[in-house]
Amino acid sequence: MKLQNLFVIALRSLNKNKIRSLLTMLGIIIGVASVIAMLAIGQGSRDSIENQISGLGSNVIMVFPGATFRGGVATAAGSAQSLEMADLEAIRANCRSVKYISPVARSGGQIIAGSNNWNSSVRGVYNEYFDIRNIEVESGSRFSETDERRASKVCVIGQTVAENLFDEYTDPVGEKIRINKIPFTVIGLLKEKGQGGMGEDQDDIIYAPFSTVQRRMRGARQNIQQIYISAVSEEKIKLASEEIDNLLRTRKNISKYEDAPFRIRTQTEIVEMFTSTSNTMIVLLAGIASISLIVGGIGIMNIMLVSVTERTREIGLRMAVGARGKDILRQFLLEAILLSLLGGFIGAVMGIFSSKLFVAIMGWPVTVSSFSVIMAFSFAFVVGVFFGWYPASKAARLIPMDALRYE
Amino acid sequence: MKEQDQERRKIISVKNLSKIYDMGAVKVHALRGIDMDIYHGEFTAIMGHSGSGKSTLLNIFGCLDVPTGGKYYLDGDDVSHMDKNQLARMRNRKIGFVFQTYNLLPRTSALENVELPLLYNPEIGRKERKERAMNTLESVGLTDWSEHFPSQLSGGQQQRVAIARALVNDPVIMLADEPTGNLDTRTSFEVMEIFQELNRKGITIALVTHEADISKFATRNILFRDGRISKELMIENVKNAREELDKLPPEDEDL
Ligand SMILES: Nc1ncnc2c1ncn2[C@@H]1O[C@H](COP(=O)(O)OP(=O)(O)OP(=O)(O)O)[C@@H](O)[C@H]1O
Ligand SMILES: [Mg+2]
Repeated sequence: MKLQNLFVIALRSLNKNKIRSLLTMLGIIIGVASVIAMLAIGQGSRDSIENQISGLGSNVIMVFPGATFRGGVATAAGSAQSLEMADLEAIRANCRSVKYISPVARSGGQIIAGSNNWNSSVRGVYNEYFDIRNIEVESGSRFSETDERRASKVCVIGQTVAENLFDEYTDPVGEKIRINKIPFTVIGLLKEKGQGGMGEDQDDIIYAPFSTVQRRMRGARQNIQQIYISAVSEEKIKLASEEIDNLLRTRKNISKYEDAPFRIRTQTEIVEMFTSTSNTMIVLLAGIASISLIVGGIGIMNIMLVSVTERTREIGLRMAVGARGKDILRQFLLEAILLSLLGGFIGAVMGIFSSKLFVAIMGWPVTVSSFSVIMAFSFAFVVGVFFGWYPASKAARLIPMDALRYE
Repeated sequence: MKEQDQERRKIISVKNLSKIYDMGAVKVHALRGIDMDIYHGEFTAIMGHSGSGKSTLLNIFGCLDVPTGGKYYLDGDDVSHMDKNQLARMRNRKIGFVFQTYNLLPRTSALENVELPLLYNPEIGRKERKERAMNTLESVGLTDWSEHFPSQLSGGQQQRVAIARALVNDPVIMLADEPTGNLDTRTSFEVMEIFQELNRKGITIALVTHEADISKFATRNILFRDGRISKELMIENVKNAREELDKLPPEDEDL
């Protein structure tokens, strides 16, 4: 048969059976689109978590006051005075693999500058914190050790805070602001960091000396909410965390086998933890996606099998007017290929589009991987072509009279 | 070929043809040794009781089914030994088959239905295909209906589309299995008028019918009984379908 005639036959047939063609395609479209979208969301959140964790800083180790279990009684996290300034000083003095160290005091509240006001969070940190987290100052400067010693009322503000408190013509550096009614002088403006992995605004932040926040805003409580440490190098992260663990256990008189009233987390551990959770999520999403792919495949199969009676008579008639078995097979194969290609294409476009829609509406991070597109597309293609072709291949083997009589 | 050679040209020749449907427990002997020749230009009507094997024979003639035993020559070629692809080629080039139930493709215009056999003939291009389909539709009086779907046509019109489809490949014989079985008297006569016209133009026709009325339009009648030919006769004064139509009471009085 001439190729041109084959196309005429297949295209006419698809065109005459628009509903069947559409339903078949719908199965493929839904399958492909959902796989691509689901995997994009899964992959996207993993990527952004990884980004965020690497944005944590360089060679970071965090120490938290942790819940302790003594005699079966749990004390709430941070409520015990498990981390004290003395601990911090001891780490600085004794742990050789530690490069920088800074406590963190968290606070927040209403910020007023002139007639503008804004709500933001305030972190009390040492000067070194900026080195641990790789935070850069765009204009002005960080606070000094003198500021720390004197608990000076100075602060460094993020871009979002600056935008909300000052108009674009005012240089925030040198301006006065009030944080929970306490007057501060802005001495630095941070470089823009953009959105974090969870979609939060990393520029909506104010840093002040630790002593200032701890004493003036948190009411001189002695416990530390968190300690940020950076190891001298990436290879020394593990060693540093062991040094810290040993030191703190010795100071607190806790043996290696007891639960410690503090937790040490290294950047590497956090990366691993989140990667494994996000892997679980990806597996889950991929599971849902493959179900829709299978449902789509079953949809295709149903349509093809339901129309098999009608199509068997059609095959009988075509053979009666001179079609050979292979002409019939080629027709059905071409029909199935055209449908699967078109459906797969529309599905891929819709999958990518709806992923982008997620970014736009929900602010969710998504990453469309070419692997998911290729995988979904090929699966739908194979299913579409197989179920388009298989019933026809059975009918094409019949003698024309039996196909015409088929019920 | 000279006129005289044409006269003696055997279009169909079967010898001791038999067909057994093997139903497992029972074997149905649908044809029990048929010997029969159909010459060029003949208009044969095959009659007989229900179940006597008429359709079985016609399907074998049309290469839609294969015989269990015996010989079948179509236009000089031995069909009994042909494989599926060769049979398909025979159906495409030498046979025009008309079914009782029309068997048109649904949602497909009359013209495209008529084009169908030509799509499976690689020797025929697009232009020739369209032309031939249109001309054939014209010859059955359906020029104005070429774009209509079967569902938009009457039974008689649908059968005329089917006749055009059977005719478009210029077959050596037209086979029709009860072509008027689903039609009323007037429409049946109209269809028979078309067959007679085609036969007058030299087309060989074999049709199966139940109705004695219809068989009188043919030049030759063959009677079947139990898978055998029981009687055969040449019709002396063949009835003219046109005249019979005129004799029918006017259409509006049919009711
Ligand atoms: N596909 C089949 N399988 C089994 N038996 C069949 C088949 N087709 C026909 N037969 C049998 O073969 C015999 C002849 O059937 P055929 O259809 O040729 O009769 P017919 O003369 O055309 O009858 P009718 O006038 O009712 O159309 C019948 O007994 C029928 O039951
Ligand atoms: Mg019959």
